[in-house]
Amino acid sequence: MHIVVCIKQVPDTKNVRIDPDTHTLVRQGVESIINPFDLFAVEAALQIKDASSATITVITMGPPQAEEALREVLSRGVDAALLLSDRAFAGADTWATSVTLSAAIRKLGNVDLILCGKQAVDGDTAQVGPEVATLLDIPYATFVKKMEPLDAQHLKVTRQTDEGTEVWKLSTPALITVIKEVGEPRLPSLRHKMRAKKAAIPVWGIAELGLDANDVGLCGSFTQVVRVFSPPRRTDRVIIEGSLEEQVEQLYRYLKEAKVPGI
Amino acid sequence: MKALVDGKKCTVCGVCSDVCPFGAITVGETSVEISDECTLCGMCVDTCEFGAISLPEVGAGPAADLADYNGVWVFAEWRDGTVHKVSYELLGAGRQLADKRGVELAAVLLGHGLGEALSSELIAYGADVVYLVDHPQLARFTNEAYADVLVDLIHKKRPEILLAGATSIGRSFIPRVAASVRTGLTADCTELDISEEGLLLQTRPAFGGNVMATIVCPNSRPQMATVRPKVMRPVRQPEHPGRSEVIEVSDGIFQNRVEVLEVIPEQDQTAKLTEADIIVSGGRGLGKAENFVLLEELAQLVKGAVGASRGAVEEGWIAPSHQVGQTGRTVAPTLYMAVGLSGAIQHVVGMQGSKIIVAVNKDREAPVFDVASCGVVADLFEFIPAFIRKIKQERE
Ligand SMILES: Cc1cc2nc3c(=O)[nH]c(=O)nc-3n(C[C@H](O)[C@H](O)[C@H](O)COP(=O)(O)OP(=O)(O)OC[C@H]3O[C@@H](n4cnc5c(N)ncnc54)[C@H](O)[C@@H]3O)c2cc1C
Ligand SMILES: Nc1ncnc2c1ncn2[C@@H]1O[C@H](COP(=O)(O)O)[C@@H](O)[C@H]1O
Repeated sequence: MHIVVCIKQVPDTKNVRIDPDTHTLVRQGVESIINPFDLFAVEAALQIKDASSATITVITMGPPQAEEALREVLSRGVDAALLLSDRAFAGADTWATSVTLSAAIRKLGNVDLILCGKQAVDGDTAQVGPEVATLLDIPYATFVKKMEPLDAQHLKVTRQTDEGTEVWKLSTPALITVIKEVGEPRLPSLRHKMRAKKAAIPVWGIAELGLDANDVGLCGSFTQVVRVFSPPRRTDRVIIEGSLEEQVEQLYRYLKEAKVPGI
Repeated sequence: MKALVDGKKCTVCGVCSDVCPFGAITVGETSVEISDECTLCGMCVDTCEFGAISLPEVGAGPAADLADYNGVWVFAEWRDGTVHKVSYELLGAGRQLADKRGVELAAVLLGHGLGEALSSELIAYGADVVYLVDHPQLARFTNEAYADVLVDLIHKKRPEILLAGATSIGRSFIPRVAASVRTGLTADCTELDISEEGLLLQTRPAFGGNVMATIVCPNSRPQMATVRPKVMRPVRQPEHPGRSEVIEVSDGIFQNRVEVLEVIPEQDQTAKLTEADIIVSGGRGLGKAENFVLLEELAQLVKGAVGASRGAVEEGWIAPSHQVGQTGRTVAPTLYMAVGLSGAIQHVVGMQGSKIIVAVNKDREAPVFDVASCGVVADLFEFIPAFIRKIKQERE
């Protein structure tokens, strides 16, 4: 079984915030991290590999330094890594990203299962997984917390919905996006770290993928950001201090005046 | 490609460098350099008060037939035979967009045996027309069946705008629709408007809610967005006239690569976070599992749900299904009460869309007070029981 996991390097949102006085974005040493959901996807792939035999290839589309992210997951035990990097890829929206990823997966060939994170925490779109599946014309399931192979051609997944859970059966090849319940990501091991350091990571650009620069990156994107601004600040903030009785009274009145249903 | 700096306008003030989330801008003595790290996110463009930075033009070439597309569509979701609230909210928003564009507002209802009652409700909430597809394959949601039927309708009728709720259903199958018809899609919008040129302006939070971005889809149709529940306002106009139209689809549309084996509704009603008007959320400050009873009591009293921080979930005090935040649920109730949790950014991104946020924390410096509309500096073990007593008293 050949599994492809799509991972993305994102700025650590913990350190991205708006300065309340200047209204500008502060990035005290914004580090790049692997999108947390993608580490769950890697873990899910490794679990399948533990239980049966599987080869795992991890791919990412990003700037050259995204190679770090690939080395990190190699040190967690995946078999191979592939970096999709080209100036032409910059500024891609989810469509252009999906065009690039699906072209790479098609070129890899013989893929039985593709795993993605539920969403990337920089954009929070949750669109790339489903769009890649659509471009590859394979079935997919989102928000999956458990999966098990049923037979050579079928997969059973349990997915989390707003209302509860659902169990779906999909024919393979299929694409699955996962949530954290698939299992806590394992840590890098010493043995794999050694291998990760030396592993050769191929880099594919538009030439290798046979794509036109107009079909990828900003040029290939349908959506366009026209404005970026800081969210309006709360100007109406109330802080309630004082004796317990006063606090209770004040909060109660505050919620009554705001007409919160149920209070 | 990277952002472009106009040397004539640039004063080398360095503000752009401070805001760049990717550290791609270096300020030199006489000029500003943008490196290959630039992802064209546009953060710098808007912060430059001299208008010195711009992004290169996007391509995806103008489609030849943009003018052939007209009308605003809302995908009408339902659960247990009734319309989901988010669809009424979208009809409220869609009505305004359709009026600004001078076009029809349609609701698209896919299902099996849903009956006339649902159509007439959709009309009462503003739809001029309801397109109804009734097929046994649509009795249960799957990405493929729902997307492929909707794609078929889009090819037949050509709407210029399509909106769907950013629910677990909308966020799952709408990307397939967008990719199939080859158009852009903006996720989880919190604001919609029409630009002077008649384009849909889609505004959404990015970078964990630290910034807002307005996005357009200039050259392909329909312009598609999923919209966060509970941000748009439903307007019921019982007199609003409308019609419904049954549309037949051929059996050949269905690919049947996915089968729904089981649907298990959440048993624990207090975990129904996405629907609740009030959520009472607890964190590590609760100290132990038993203390969640306090929050449950309050939640039951106000008919709300119980949420939790990852801190509390990690301690094993409450099930993961209650977790709010980056790795948990995103919620936007009328009232969110954050009790004994510090307000880490990963928690805040999941709840900052709430209308009112009340924080109860004994540490005056806790970051949660920065996002709260109302902060109560108190020991939760004193405050919450007293607050419960107060509500009970007032009701008597
Ligand atoms: C990749 C990643 C993803 C994450 N995803 C999430 C997520 O989805 N959701 C999430 O919540 N977290 C998430 N986290 C974790 C997050 O960073 C915080 O660690 C977590 O939210 C902290 O939980 P807490 O606020 O309950 O605990 P703490 O930070 O320990 O805060 C406890 C608070 O309780 C207060 N307190 C204590 N006793 C009392 C009392 N008697 N009365 C009143 N107040 C009291 C304290 O003053 C303190 O502010 C994530 C972290 C990472 C790295
Ligand atoms: N540039 C990328 N390279 C590889 N995988 C990606 C990339 N962008 C998104 N993905 C995958 O798609 C998922 C959803 O991303 P998004 O649609 O951006 O929220 C992520 O969790 C990744 O698994």
